[in-house]
Amino acid sequence: MLKMEAVTKTYNHRRPAVTVLNDVTLEIHRGDFISIVGPSGSGKSTLLLAMGGMLSPSSGRVVLDGESLYELAPDGRAALRGQKIGFVFQTFNLVPYLSALENVQVPLFLAGMIEADQKERAASLLERFGLGDRLTHKPSELSVGQQQRVALARMLANDPSVILADEPTGSLDPETSSQVIAFLEETNREGRTVVMVTHDPQIARRAKRTLRLDGGRISYEEQTRDLASVA
Amino acid sequence: MRLRKLVWKELFERKNQVITGLLAILLGITVIVAIKNITFYSEKAVAQELDALGANILVLPKSATLQNYYSADMQGEEFPEEYVERLTQSNLQGVDNLSPKLSFPVEIQGHKFTLTGILPKSEFQAKALWQVAGVFSRPEGCGTVVPIPGLTPAQPKETLVRTRVIETLNNTEALVGADVAGTLGLKSNDTISVMGKIFTVAAVLPQTGTVDDSRIFGHLHTVQQLAGKGRTINVIEIVGCCDQISKGLLPKINGLLPEAKVVTIAQVVDTQIKTNRMMSNLSMVFVAVIVLVGGASIANYMYGNVHERRREIGTLMALGAGSRLVLKMFLLKALLLGLAGGVGGYVLGTILAMFLGPKLAGIIVLPMPTLVLWAIGISVLIALVASYFPARRAARLDPFATLQEV
Repeated sequence: MLKMEAVTKTYNHRRPAVTVLNDVTLEIHRGDFISIVGPSGSGKSTLLLAMGGMLSPSSGRVVLDGESLYELAPDGRAALRGQKIGFVFQTFNLVPYLSALENVQVPLFLAGMIEADQKERAASLLERFGLGDRLTHKPSELSVGQQQRVALARMLANDPSVILADEPTGSLDPETSSQVIAFLEETNREGRTVVMVTHDPQIARRAKRTLRLDGGRISYEEQTRDLASVA
Repeated sequence: MRLRKLVWKELFERKNQVITGLLAILLGITVIVAIKNITFYSEKAVAQELDALGANILVLPKSATLQNYYSADMQGEEFPEEYVERLTQSNLQGVDNLSPKLSFPVEIQGHKFTLTGILPKSEFQAKALWQVAGVFSRPEGCGTVVPIPGLTPAQPKETLVRTRVIETLNNTEALVGADVAGTLGLKSNDTISVMGKIFTVAAVLPQTGTVDDSRIFGHLHTVQQLAGKGRTINVIEIVGCCDQISKGLLPKINGLLPEAKVVTIAQVVDTQIKTNRMMSNLSMVFVAVIVLVGGASIANYMYGNVHERRREIGTLMALGAGSRLVLKMFLLKALLLGLAGGVGGYVLGTILAMFLGPKLAGIIVLPMPTLVLWAIGISVLIALVASYFPARRAARLDPFATLQEV
């Protein structure tokens, strides 16, 4: 279970201070699929990254499976991310000088897996995403849709229990967007928790719950699908 | 995927930037290696030339001058032969081929010559105490320890007069200079009477164009008897090791023999010392320059690299990379850059030295494997130190901030 307890994030670098997350309390059960919507600057991405242990809150706690993320040392938090959290980015964030196979190997390498096993697992993941014939291609040699599929394969490499997707379809055409959402639904059906930030209301409706964020606060919550399957 | 592979691939991805960042340190190491290489062989070559010249340190009576020495006129002044023993027992480093002499003018058949008493090498070796002192063992670092191809060591026979090292000479033998032989019509195995003593001419020495041509060399102890002044000499010629002379050999000899005057063939040795010092200083200046310029260049490149890769670093952190791994990633890159700078600088510097050595200094320069360690050591050290702060900055990047930037 992923919990946010009265999480506030305030930036004091410039006057006046800016509060990007304001007393956010949220409980996300294992197997949930949540979409977060809201206008630009409402704090959607900040909330997502705070959930993933990438941004320490000014106050409040983020708890994943009973462990308070920000009470861990930074390296401990990084290790936990590597084990339990998978990120999907709008711009894919593939390492440009590595091949598709090597990009998928990165999280496996960071988790300490031996090279031969890394290659085997990365190749099988890329096969699953229909990229078996693109293993040695660099991101610049792949189409946008293929790049996002490499990023999805990389995200799945360490078999994370929580997937945090920041505008995963933001750079994609409708057909590829649909494929990506279908994939997120599939991983959700496998029991993974999915939290997705999106601008697109149609995409948002594919989630089980939708949260709207305004000025760093959750302004409303809507159940878009049956939660019977949620643990 | 391994850390090494990740770093290696990134280096190849940005080859041009790497080459630009590395250029200053590469050129710096190249120049230093070239200077050190040429200096080393130049010192060796000059040391050999000095050896060929013969004695380069003279122990003279207090009031005698170099001019007196060169004109073989010591103004009737002497000092005890025991000074030689003082030198040999001192075990001074850098003193080679001591040659005590007693010279005074003689008149033969109306012609004026110089009778010079010398001590043959065999007599030094016969004295156990002197052997222990290592008179004839060359100290390490002296010019002729390592033969240099292209610079043939001088042949003993040809340098007989100049080096004054004569293997054997008995009490009735004499070596005569070319002018003496010419004037008196002497050749080998002839006899010659000097102050009533009959000598057999063991050899006629080749023309040298110096005062030696009008010398008659006899055994020191025989000449001392003829002079009637006991066990005295009026010069000790020493082949001093050039390196040791520059390290202060003369004051050490002076300390041992305070009653005598110790002089060196100043022009030759001073030039060598000055050249060595200049090259050494130049090399230190270059070390300072590459530490500053090469270090700044590497640091600048690394800061730029960290900035350019902020998003990649943020992504790696999101995927589970800790700050220590990021630090290691950049320091490993610095290590590889340092290795490349060191090895590349060594190779280029050696090629440059081998090319310029014969042209600039007229010497043959060979690769010096020891310099590769030196080049790599200094290059890696500079690269690591210069990269530490950029690497630390990378490790401390806020992953959230890097991922928020588009």
